[in-house]
Amino acid sequence: MTTFSRTDTSVLGRWWWTVDRWSLAAIVALIAFGTMLTLASSPAVAIKMGYDSLHFVTRHLIFLPFAAIGIIFVSLLTPTQIRRYSVLAFLFCILGLALTLLIGKEVNGAQRWLSIAGQTLQVTEFAKPTFAVVTAWLFAEKIRDNKFPGYTLAIASFVILIGLVLKQPDLGQSFVIGTIWMAQLCLAGLPIWIVASLFVLGIAGLCSAYYFMDHVKQRINSFIDSSMGDNYQGERSLDAFANGGLFGRGPGEGTVKNSLPDAHADFVFAVAGEELGLIIVLVIVCLFAFIVLRGLIRTMGEGDLFILLASCGLLGQFGLQALINMASSLQLMPAKGMTLPFISYGGSSLLAIALSVGMILALTRRRSGKARNE
Amino acid sequence: MTSRVSFESTNKKALEKAKSRLLFGGTLVAAAFLVIAVRLVDVTILNEESRKNTIETRNVTAGIKMSRADIVDRNGILLATNLRTPGLTGNPKKVIDPIQAARSIVQILPELSETKLVKQLSAKSKEFVWLKREITPRQEYEINKLGIIGVDFKYEEKRYWPMRNLTVHAVGYTNVDNKGLAGIELFCDEILKENQKPLELSLDVRVQQVLRREMYNQIDKYKAIGGSGIVLDAETGETIALVSLPDFMPHEAGTATDNEKFNKATHGIYELGSIFKIFNTAIALESGKVKLDTSYDARKPIYISRYIIRDYHAQNKVLTVPEIFIHSSNIGSALIAAEFDRSLQQKFFTDLGLLRPSSIELAAKGTPKPPDNWKKIYRMTVSYGHGISVSPLHAATAVAAIVNGNHYQATLLKKDNKPVHGTKVISEKTSLIMRKLLREVVLKTSGRSADAADYLVGGKTGTADKSRGGGYDRSKLISSFVGVFPITSPKYVVIVNIDDPKQINKLRPTGGRVAAPVVGRVISEIAPLLGVFPVMVNAPDIKGVSLNNQTNQSSRKQRIAVN
Repeated sequence: MTTFSRTDTSVLGRWWWTVDRWSLAAIVALIAFGTMLTLASSPAVAIKMGYDSLHFVTRHLIFLPFAAIGIIFVSLLTPTQIRRYSVLAFLFCILGLALTLLIGKEVNGAQRWLSIAGQTLQVTEFAKPTFAVVTAWLFAEKIRDNKFPGYTLAIASFVILIGLVLKQPDLGQSFVIGTIWMAQLCLAGLPIWIVASLFVLGIAGLCSAYYFMDHVKQRINSFIDSSMGDNYQGERSLDAFANGGLFGRGPGEGTVKNSLPDAHADFVFAVAGEELGLIIVLVIVCLFAFIVLRGLIRTMGEGDLFILLASCGLLGQFGLQALINMASSLQLMPAKGMTLPFISYGGSSLLAIALSVGMILALTRRRSGKARNE
Repeated sequence: MTSRVSFESTNKKALEKAKSRLLFGGTLVAAAFLVIAVRLVDVTILNEESRKNTIETRNVTAGIKMSRADIVDRNGILLATNLRTPGLTGNPKKVIDPIQAARSIVQILPELSETKLVKQLSAKSKEFVWLKREITPRQEYEINKLGIIGVDFKYEEKRYWPMRNLTVHAVGYTNVDNKGLAGIELFCDEILKENQKPLELSLDVRVQQVLRREMYNQIDKYKAIGGSGIVLDAETGETIALVSLPDFMPHEAGTATDNEKFNKATHGIYELGSIFKIFNTAIALESGKVKLDTSYDARKPIYISRYIIRDYHAQNKVLTVPEIFIHSSNIGSALIAAEFDRSLQQKFFTDLGLLRPSSIELAAKGTPKPPDNWKKIYRMTVSYGHGISVSPLHAATAVAAIVNGNHYQATLLKKDNKPVHGTKVISEKTSLIMRKLLREVVLKTSGRSADAADYLVGGKTGTADKSRGGGYDRSKLISSFVGVFPITSPKYVVIVNIDDPKQINKLRPTGGRVAAPVVGRVISEIAPLLGVFPVMVNAPDIKGVSLNNQTNQSSRKQRIAVN
């Protein structure tokens, strides 16, 4: 890989010397673990769902090259390009979300999937990162030019997006989008009391979800008190970690995937725990922490508010999603339909994560003053 | 220019603020990852032991506390035990696709209705439904392999009798809730519930098997309606084998007929006929009322009250006491009994346990039916086993008492070399004479088919008309034989009763023809199993056992060697 000379001024050559190669390595490692775990966990699920045993493996391997190209291509973009394309993509996503509600496919009582040319995709996955960039742009623009209606637009787009996502309903994604939006607001310099009241508002929103959404209520009840309902998935998940021990049962040797319905997606972390063991799982946790924290540290040296807000938003979504997935597998919070970036199987989610990570890499590239304004 | 500067400064200030807040946020994120890592170590390592235990014990303890002790025979062979039986259950709340689940289950359990399964598994309001109780381990494995979420197994304990119908009348059976309903299962219900240690019976399944097989063949051959047989340890009262035919499968006791469930060995009471001459002769000798050489005129039938007492094998001559016994003369026996005092028989029968229910550990035991009073006529008929009904077990126990002098309580439980106390009923001298007489029967009469080469069997036939209503049915018999071996030092008593055998070649199916061969075949097979050594009959020390009266039948003086 290091065949690019420092003086190489070709597009790829410049990319190689300016991109954060440590984060890139961590991402490649995550993709490798994800592929291995998809191989191990998805056949059991595929057979149960009536597919060919390698159904998910094949699909994962088809999506992988696209994801890799996506990461590299997006990370080649300049911040300005990122901003422009994101705004455009975000508008398309809003349209797509509206379409999903109208003509989407219903799975397990939620309408989240849009079928395009025989390929289903979850538009929320794409709306999420583009929204983080749009929000960053609106806030940064407002600070740069006080006359710009940044806050109004930010609140309007937030309400529209959250409304569409909650309508599906997808509380988990709404939670991630909302939390990161508030974090960006906070970074944008809003007075603390506003941030605090927004926080309270968020808590109130979650509480109302408990009272108004039956499946949420049920999940939280069974999490708090296992006698009130069935916490079978959580129990099995913890069994898996205990079963795996320090060194794991070996890839493919686990049993939890046979008893958990979403072993290849929501509970892939438990499969990892059982088959790869504590040490490797800790390595995976470290890889996530490394990507997020290293990204955040790099933005500390950033001179541009838009870049800072955008990359923090993207990193935050990435990290929060990983944390939620791991925490629910470890019974630290109620089970939540959230994939573990790169590790879980998921065609469109893999592409969306690739785009998101591509943008992070693009925004955290080392730039000369010239490059920034390009 | 001013605006440019002011923008730069606002921008700078905003950046500063953002970075300080970012530092705080970053710390939160780092802390969150740390929590995940700590929790990971916690669930994997620190909880590993406790969780592993729960995983392993989950299967083992699922309803598996042995609630009932095993039952074994005297050699530890399993007669009754509990099996952990899987049952198929469903949790409709967890089942994802009831239709698919039902379809796969029916492949393995074709006796289930698919539509019913779909209905059961679709009842989303329920968390537990029984789909099928008592499936086989293979079916459990096959269904488990399907990996249907929400379909699970619940384990129940089921009583199982590996010897099936072989020991059913002794061991009994239970209901589905493992409560004893018959046999030892009923009689020892509390003990079996409280103990974990197996309950040891005195039965020996090997002997049981031989006795049942031989009886079954004979009943089949003579088209009899049933029969009973017992092998009793003469020195302890332990029941080594206990057979009542027809019998039934303990697992299907609900469908068994009353006749199959009726224990003819202990519950049924019968007039056992000439077997009672053993007791009569013993009473006569023990009481001193008669001597061996006392003789009676058995040429004419006795007319008394409205009865006629006649002999079947009429000898038409004056008979001595041994001759009366050996030729089984009713007239002679009645004449002997006529000499007894009023209460003598009654006392003696009481000592032999013939007038009260047996002590055996079964609920199904018959109460003997003695004559209404002990008037002379009844004393005379009782002498040859008419007018008194006892169970075959009573007879076997009493015969054991006669041949070893002591009466032992019959039992179904193994006696672990504990000293057994018997009650003295007759003197050693009388007992010895009785043994010799019993041996004579086997050597000289129709009872000879009971002999088993070199095991020295002694015994007595019994052929009784079945009582019907107030009288007797001459065409229906209870044909019996009671055998004792080795007669030189009696160890075991074998009694066989065949109920209503039919004629073969126009020959009366008497005890000698029907029951004696069974006893002979059984003894020749079980004696080696029970550790009884064969004896060379013509060896000098054995010869003396023989009563040599065949050489001098006319002589009134019997040359009986009495020690």
